[in-house]
Amino acid sequence: MSTPVYVGIDIGSSRTKVAVVDAERQLLGHSVRKSGTDFSATAAACLDASLAMAGVTREEIANAVSTGYGRANVAFVARQNKTEIGCLANWGRHCFPEAITIIDIGGQDNKIIKLDAAGRRSSFKMNRKCAAGTGAFLEEMSYRLDIPLEAMDGLARQSEEMVKLGSYCTVFSATEVLENIRHGKKVTDIVKGLFYSVIKRVLEMDSPTERVVMTGGVVAHNPYLVEMAEEMIGRSVLLPELPQLAGAVGAALYALEDKD
Amino acid sequence: MAEEKKASRKKIQAGDRMNKIMADYFYGLNEAATTGRQKVAWCTSVGPAELLRALGFAVHFPENHGAMLGATRMSTDLIPAANAIGYSPDICSYLTADIGAYLKGITPLAKAYKGIESVPRPDVLVYNTNQCRDVQDWFAWYSRELGVPSIGITSPKNVNEVTDAHIEDVALQIEALVPTLEEISGGRLDMDRLRETVSLSRECTELWKKVLETAIAAPAPLTFFDGTIHMGPAVVLRGTREAIDYYEVLLAELEQRIKDGVGAVDEETSRIYWEGMPVWGRLRQHSELFFHLKASVLASTYCSSWIFPAFDGKDPFRSMAKAYLELFIVRSDKYKEQYIKEMLAKFRIDGIIYHDAKTCPYNSNSRYGLPQRLEADTGIPSLVISGDLNDLRCVSDEQTKTNVEAFIEQIVEGR
Repeated sequence: MSTPVYVGIDIGSSRTKVAVVDAERQLLGHSVRKSGTDFSATAAACLDASLAMAGVTREEIANAVSTGYGRANVAFVARQNKTEIGCLANWGRHCFPEAITIIDIGGQDNKIIKLDAAGRRSSFKMNRKCAAGTGAFLEEMSYRLDIPLEAMDGLARQSEEMVKLGSYCTVFSATEVLENIRHGKKVTDIVKGLFYSVIKRVLEMDSPTERVVMTGGVVAHNPYLVEMAEEMIGRSVLLPELPQLAGAVGAALYALEDKD
Repeated sequence: MAEEKKASRKKIQAGDRMNKIMADYFYGLNEAATTGRQKVAWCTSVGPAELLRALGFAVHFPENHGAMLGATRMSTDLIPAANAIGYSPDICSYLTADIGAYLKGITPLAKAYKGIESVPRPDVLVYNTNQCRDVQDWFAWYSRELGVPSIGITSPKNVNEVTDAHIEDVALQIEALVPTLEEISGGRLDMDRLRETVSLSRECTELWKKVLETAIAAPAPLTFFDGTIHMGPAVVLRGTREAIDYYEVLLAELEQRIKDGVGAVDEETSRIYWEGMPVWGRLRQHSELFFHLKASVLASTYCSSWIFPAFDGKDPFRSMAKAYLELFIVRSDKYKEQYIKEMLAKFRIDGIIYHDAKTCPYNSNSRYGLPQRLEADTGIPSLVISGDLNDLRCVSDEQTKTNVEAFIEQIVEGR
């Protein structure tokens, strides 16, 4: 085996992410695709794209760990699976040698994970059985407003007078949005209100510690959410280079640690 | 991560005997109701069952029926029938499942016990609001529907110390039930029989306590999931010899397991406390989930709620009042925190799981900051899972699984 690599496969409700690292924990390749309905096929396609980027073949995979909702669907490559909470914590432990709070906003789940100064997970919280505050909420709203999902971040930044939305519920929020449109509110102000609602839902799950990092696909595509979170908690929030890949990298690091 | 193979906790051999006792109980109730040989009283789970038995009533416990509706996964289809007549999906799902079952003419008893067609028709409904207000509303519905009296005890709630004043209040309320119950039963209360019944209840609950405390051993010989099944006689046959005889047999089996070093869960690696109601329709899945993670859920507030050290045959009314008041659910958060803290130490617990049951605020102790206070005090990690006792529309299996797996990972990796 020339270059042993370690693979993390994160099959989320919305997107599948794969990360390939080497023995030095360097990220060599990665890929993100829509999870779709065939988790195995998506994972395989994502894996091949990541390996190609890394310049290695499947034969060079020394170990692989899967995570996310579809974690049990990729037995073809990963003998082990870990929860996405464990993988995010593992990623956080390697990237930040200090006590930190990870706020992850995913397609279906929000998570707040706290690590102590030694990198041990001290607690975690997931959103309750409700899509409010998740990526699914923004997807639903982009559909209702007939705005491309990728345009939302730019629109929110243009807001001059944010519309505050009061409802907990995605369906009721949609009604509130329609009401605001009827009253002639600007789309930019409504979109910022939606962003504000996401951050509010997330921050009410737990109280963050001093150092905060945000991860997940939602902040990867909507970095304005991080700026809004900073404003709300009154201090800077870290946004890593590839926030959507944090769970997959954490899984790959597990694969490296458990290689024997 | 655990393998996905099917395997489960060790079977308790005494279970067959319990099934026979429970069958005899339900057939006895059915006979009482269908022949009229014995009057039937419905009673809330920690209502004055001792008094009813002493007066010769056959006693049916609707909460037990509610749990059966949940465990058989019939409840979720029945709850909407009660919702449709004005009983909200946000209130007790025992209540809505039970009333829904009545409206649809369905009972799991008919499936389990050949010859039984319905729950026994009551001659009187007797509640104690020590559990919650919902039991009173539940019985009020049947009272209107069936034209039978609903009487009971209105209990204090959020009690820190149970005082003489509390006991006096509830004891007087229990005594005040006697004339009405005598009239319905057609007989006079025999105080010797009441004393004997209270003494039998005490004996039963002491044995039940010993059964649960076998789980102090490592590995624990029984789990919370066993407890939810084997508590049946302690719930419906309190005050009878049959329950006592059963727990002697069960205790002997569990003590033998301890001697043999046999745990309910193979290779027990973490010890978990369950706070709150079971998710009745997911008992097996939850048991298997923990089993695969080598985690033993071995102690709970719920199963321990049928331990009544106050029962005293020498002073039946006051001791019944004290027993019903000392119940965990009646108590203040200050008391509950201390109680759980002692349980965590006694059973050498690694982590605590709070079940926040959507329709049961009284048994959901994670809503007023208790987990955070207890975790700060003891350092024992906690997890809150959202769900419900009977309404599976409020349960997200995938989220529960991810939460539980991540929690056990946290405990194991934190060592």
